[in-house]
Amino acid sequence: MEPQTTDRARSRRERRRGEDRRDRNWYIDKAVQALVFIGGISGILFIIGIFVFITKEGYGFIAETLDIGEFLTSPRWRPTSDHNPTYGALALIAGTTSVTGLAMLVSVPFSLGAAIYIGEFAKGRTRETLKILVELLAAIPSVVWGFIGLSIMNPLIIKTFNVPIGLNVLNSGLILGLMAAPIMTTIAEDALKAVPDTYREAAEALGATKWQVIYRVVLPAGKNGLVAAVLLGVGRGFGETMAVLMASGHSINLPTSVFDSVRALTATIAAELGETAVGSDHYRALFTLGILLFVVTFVINLTADLVVRGIRKK
Amino acid sequence: MKQHLLGGFVLAITLVLVGCGGGAERSSRVVLQNKGSDTLVNVAQAWAEAYKEVNPNLAIAVSGGGSGTGISSMINGTVDIANSSREMKDKELEMARKNGIEPVEHTVGFDAMAIFVHPDNPIEKITLAQLAEIYGEGATIKTWDQLGVEVPGCRSGEIIRVSRQNNSGTYVYFKEAVLGKTRDYELGSRDMHGSKDVVDLVEHTPCAIGYSGLAYANEHVKMPCVAKQADGACVAPSVETALDRSYAIARPLFMYTSGEPEGAVKEYLNWILSDEGQCIIARKGYAPVAEVSCG
Repeated sequence: MEPQTTDRARSRRERRRGEDRRDRNWYIDKAVQALVFIGGISGILFIIGIFVFITKEGYGFIAETLDIGEFLTSPRWRPTSDHNPTYGALALIAGTTSVTGLAMLVSVPFSLGAAIYIGEFAKGRTRETLKILVELLAAIPSVVWGFIGLSIMNPLIIKTFNVPIGLNVLNSGLILGLMAAPIMTTIAEDALKAVPDTYREAAEALGATKWQVIYRVVLPAGKNGLVAAVLLGVGRGFGETMAVLMASGHSINLPTSVFDSVRALTATIAAELGETAVGSDHYRALFTLGILLFVVTFVINLTADLVVRGIRKK
Repeated sequence: MKQHLLGGFVLAITLVLVGCGGGAERSSRVVLQNKGSDTLVNVAQAWAEAYKEVNPNLAIAVSGGGSGTGISSMINGTVDIANSSREMKDKELEMARKNGIEPVEHTVGFDAMAIFVHPDNPIEKITLAQLAEIYGEGATIKTWDQLGVEVPGCRSGEIIRVSRQNNSGTYVYFKEAVLGKTRDYELGSRDMHGSKDVVDLVEHTPCAIGYSGLAYANEHVKMPCVAKQADGACVAPSVETALDRSYAIARPLFMYTSGEPEGAVKEYLNWILSDEGQCIIARKGYAPVAEVSCG
C-alpha cells in the first residue's frame, strides 16, 4: 500500500499493468484463470453432453419406431414381448406422479412447519440442533429408505389397513415425503431468513401477534423462496429411484387408490437397463423414458431457479 | 441380488489383489470374466472358489445381474463365460455374430422352478393351466377362492402376483414353460429385481404367489406341488424330480463361451462337468447334468 494515492501514482500503476511482467506469478495467474474458467463452464458442457447423449440414444427410436400417442396414452409397457412389443408409458408416468404427489401432500406441511419453527420460533441451541438434525435426515442413503419401506412399512401397512400388499403408493409416498422434507425445510428456512427483520419489526409495532406477523407478513414476503423449495422437493421426488423401486411394488398399474402398487419411470430404467442389449429397441425405449424424465426435472428445476431469481431481483 | 453383485465385486477385488500380491507368479496368472444369471451366481461363485485349489493360477471373477446382463456382455465381448438360465434368442445370436462372436452353449445343470406361497396358505397343489390363468394376459383366476382355498391373513382374497423384471432369464423361462410362446404376462404383477426379493416378498405377504429357482427356497415359504394336467400326478420340486424330468417346470442352466472353448476356459468347463464340479451344483440345490455320487 502506498501511503498517498496521487493521480500520478495511479497512472503509473496503470501503465505498469498494461505492460505485464511475465514472471512466475503472471503464469500462475493465467493458469488459475484458465482452470477456474474450465471449472465454470464445465457444468454447462456436462449438461449439454448428457442431453446430447441421451437424445442420440433415444432419438432414432422416437423417429422410427415409437408412436408418441401410444407412448403417452397407453398404460401397456411390454417392451420384451416377442410378437407384439408395446411401449406405453402412461402407467409409469401415473406411477411417478401419484407417488410424488402423495409425497408432497405429506412433506409440504411438515417441511414448511419445520422451516417456520426453526426460522421464527426456535432460538439458540434448539435452533442449531434442529438444523443439524434436519440436514442429517438428508444424509440417509436412499437404499436404506427403500429397505425400511420393504421390510418395516410393508408388513405394517398390511396389518394396519388390512390390504393385500403393503408395497404401494402410500408406502413409497411416505418414504419419498420423508426424503424430500430436509431439502425443502432447508431452502424454505433460507427463504424466511431472507425476509428483512424490519418487516417483522414494523408489523410488531402495529400490534400484530407472532402468528399474524408470520401469516400476513413473513410468508407473503418469502413466497417465491417457499415455492422454489416445494418445486425442488418435487424435482427430488421425480428423480428418486432406489427407494421408489423398493417401496412402490414395481407393478404396471394405473392407481385408483393409495393402496395400489405402481411403477415409477426412474425405477423402470434402473431395473431394466442393465439387462438390455445396447442398441436394441428396448434399450432405446428406456432412453426415451430418460429423455422424458430429463425434460420434466429440467423444467421443474428451471422454474424453481427462475422463481428464486425473482426474489433476488426485488 | 444386490448381495450377489456385491459378493461378485468383492470377490473380483480380492482376486485382483491376490493377483497383484503374487509377485513372481503374476505373469502366469489368468483372470476369467464370468457374468450373468442370478439363478446361477451362487453356484458360479462356489465353483470359482473351489477351482482355486485345482488351478491356483486361474482367477475367475464372478458377477450376477441376470441372464440378460450376461448375454449382452457376451454380445459386447466383455466376458469369457456368460451364465444364463435361458437360451439365447435368435436375435441375440445374430447380434453376437455381427460382432464376430460365435456363442457356444454348454449345459451345466438343471433347476426346478418352484412356485412359492405364504406358509399360512393352505394350497397344496397347483396345475400349469391354473398358473397360466393366474399370470397370463387376460387372466381369469384373480382370487384364491377360485383355486378352492381361503388364505388366513388375506381378507380380500385377491391373488397378489409376484414376478420378475422383464429381462430376467427366470421371467422368460416361466413365460415359455407356463404361458406358452405367444401369450404375454398380464400387466400389474409386482416385478421384483432378483429371486431373493421374490421369496422375501412372498414370505411377508399372505395373498402372494411367486416363482423362482428352487435354490432360493427357505423354511419361511411354502412350495405347492405342480401338476402338468388337472388329473395328472402332482410333483413336488426337488433336485431329484428335476433330474428325472418328472417336475414340469425344470429348466437347463447354461454357460456360454465365445467360440469352442480353449485353454483355461476349456479346462474350467471340463472341471465343472466333472464329478467334483457337479457335486458343488447339487449341494447348492440344483440338479446336476447327469447323476453323480457325492461323498
